[in-house]
Amino acid sequence: MLEHTDPSQVQLTKDGELKHFITTEHLSREMLTEILDTADSFVDLGAKQVKKVPLLRGKTVVNLFFEASTRTLSTFELAAKRLSADVLNLNISTSSTSKGETLKDTLMTLHAMHSDMFVVRHSSSGAAHFIAEHVTPDVAVINAGDGRHAHPTQAMLDMLTIRQAKGAFAPLSVAIVGDILHSRVARSQIHALRTLGVEDIRVIAPNTLLPRHIESLGVKVYTDMQQGIKDVDVVMMLRLQKERMNSALLPSESEFYKLYGLTMDKLALAKPDAVVMHPGPINRGVEIASSVADCDRSLILDQVTNGIAVRMAVMSMAMSGQTKSRSDLNGTEV
Amino acid sequence: MNIHIKGGRLIDPANQIDSLTDLFISNGRIASVGSAPDNFIVDQVIDASNKIVCPGLIDMCAHAREPGPAQKGSIRTESMAAVAGGITTMVTPPTTSPIVDSPAVAKLIKDRCIEAGKITIHPMGALTKALEGEQLAPMHALASSGCIAFTNSRQAVANSLVLTRCLEYAATHDLLVIFQAQDASLAQGGCMHDDSTCTRLGLNGIPESAETVEVARCLLLTEQTGVRAHFGQLSCERSVRMITEAQERGLPVTADVSIQNLLLTDENVNGFNNNFHLIPPLRSQLDRAGLIQGLLGGTIQAICSDHQPHESAAKEAPFADTEPGMIGLETLLSLSLWLVDQEMLDLPQLIEKLTLAPATILGLDEGNLAVGRTADICIFDPEEEWTLTPESSHSRGKNTPFMGHPLKGRVTNTLHKGHIVYSAT
Repeated sequence: MLEHTDPSQVQLTKDGELKHFITTEHLSREMLTEILDTADSFVDLGAKQVKKVPLLRGKTVVNLFFEASTRTLSTFELAAKRLSADVLNLNISTSSTSKGETLKDTLMTLHAMHSDMFVVRHSSSGAAHFIAEHVTPDVAVINAGDGRHAHPTQAMLDMLTIRQAKGAFAPLSVAIVGDILHSRVARSQIHALRTLGVEDIRVIAPNTLLPRHIESLGVKVYTDMQQGIKDVDVVMMLRLQKERMNSALLPSESEFYKLYGLTMDKLALAKPDAVVMHPGPINRGVEIASSVADCDRSLILDQVTNGIAVRMAVMSMAMSGQTKSRSDLNGTEV
Repeated sequence: MNIHIKGGRLIDPANQIDSLTDLFISNGRIASVGSAPDNFIVDQVIDASNKIVCPGLIDMCAHAREPGPAQKGSIRTESMAAVAGGITTMVTPPTTSPIVDSPAVAKLIKDRCIEAGKITIHPMGALTKALEGEQLAPMHALASSGCIAFTNSRQAVANSLVLTRCLEYAATHDLLVIFQAQDASLAQGGCMHDDSTCTRLGLNGIPESAETVEVARCLLLTEQTGVRAHFGQLSCERSVRMITEAQERGLPVTADVSIQNLLLTDENVNGFNNNFHLIPPLRSQLDRAGLIQGLLGGTIQAICSDHQPHESAAKEAPFADTEPGMIGLETLLSLSLWLVDQEMLDLPQLIEKLTLAPATILGLDEGNLAVGRTADICIFDPEEEWTLTPESSHSRGKNTPFMGHPLKGRVTNTLHKGHIVYSAT
């Protein structure tokens, strides 16, 4: 009774172009590849004297961060500026909501200021989806992280980093290690890896940090890191939030580090050319040893560089799709 | 006022009647079944040809929101919705504002109900003061003021000794206790069934154990204290099995289920549709099948709406930030008819679960159309197709995933104590 909708459909135009970017789930391999190819073309831009392209000239991008963030916010800001957009950063966690304004009212207010794109981070899963579907469908919505649901630009910058390092996706074994339960990054990574053809995706965590039936996403579950990391090509570490320590999920940081922290000893079990990634900010000595984070197999800083390029790619693609879908709409109205 | 209900198919499970026969009503009561009583002067004839005539529906759990936030609903608006759905009696939870833990609040609800003049409302009283699980609520005084049963709602009494005392005290006065089983710590922060859909959507899950652990505890303490107990709005197959097992051992416990948990599953939450944010949550196919089995096998006797109206703003936010619950008074019958459509039940069996069964659990005289009984009657066309729209719905809340969805089986007239309180236009 009552069919359910595919949550990813909201982000596509009727012609299948991106008009919001909410989740990597259910996007086609062609779409993900197009994002990576577009991002590739922006990677070199950063090294040039003039770092700007005019793709978003005259457009207003609002970075709406309902959850504190420094690096994601600054890479989105840089990405928008390099696309020549006008950028407004709003840290809502400290303003409107504390005055009792609802998310919808906040968005409607910004909508009335004729914004063209909202980059949204929110602590509730489904927040970006809610805004794109119910509040401002005619403003391109880029999900900069919603609860535990999705962080699609992070996943795509990780895919770009893997592609640069490894070339093809299909033959790879990839391990995602750490707090899978609370991780929107892990979920988006898993969907993207699957779609791009990686067959051997492993998640490694104690049972307290694994969501129920995570294997239904197409991953193999390991609770023993030594086994899980064996012969993998890519190790993707997740950040362990300090507050998890106070909620009976883990006995202590030191026990977590001993069992699941990425050390040189454990990395030695992976393939000799295995690379190490981390979405940052890293907790040295909690989930990753300094010696690993700083070694030449660590791609952590490449991820940051790629983050700007990927965000430029999805912002320009979503704006283009949104503009077309708006003019289609206006066309039919006339 | 003398009313002649003419030409309908009378289904009265209490008296094993299922036949084309007329019904005569006088002074608010059933005067005769079949032929008119002597000297019966008809004031009004209701043509019920091609329609079903049955007892008014008895809803074991529906929130009227009064006293409380008027933007969500009032006894007047929700009574209107009830009669439009053929419901003539509803039982309301104590989670009003203020909570039903003093006779004055119970009395206020009864008074407002009489003022609205559409249906009968039986409030449930709080099991503990302020539902805080620490001190016993004045159950005897509440019962004297009209509370039909006692519950701590979904806020389980954490202290097992306090819960035992509550049950012992209720048993002393032969009061019915209703468990809406949910372990607070296991359900904490959750907004949907904890399974693969929940994992994909990245929402906080409510595991089955949040219900089953509490059902187990309540069953054991029910057995120990000998209290009359009923389980409301079950959601898990495992709960059904535990209750079946207890019933087989001779424990006289009863149970109900909401129609939404019989029809929908957690997969409906895909797409973050806030109308599927329900507590208890929609669960797996296995759970749904187990609930249906429990209903057919007799472990679960009654179907309720678990009606929870909200203002639109309460549902306009990201999924977990919305308030749980859906409206259901106007759709209870139509949705329940789906079980007949699927040939799981025949029509008299379904009507029994919506009328006689809840009346029996609650110890009410209603749900029975024998001569002399209260004329609470629902007349409906089982074939008529219709659609609930925000404009046509009577509840103040418009929060249901069935809004705009084609439905079959429509109430045409509702009578409460012999008065026509609803006629479809």
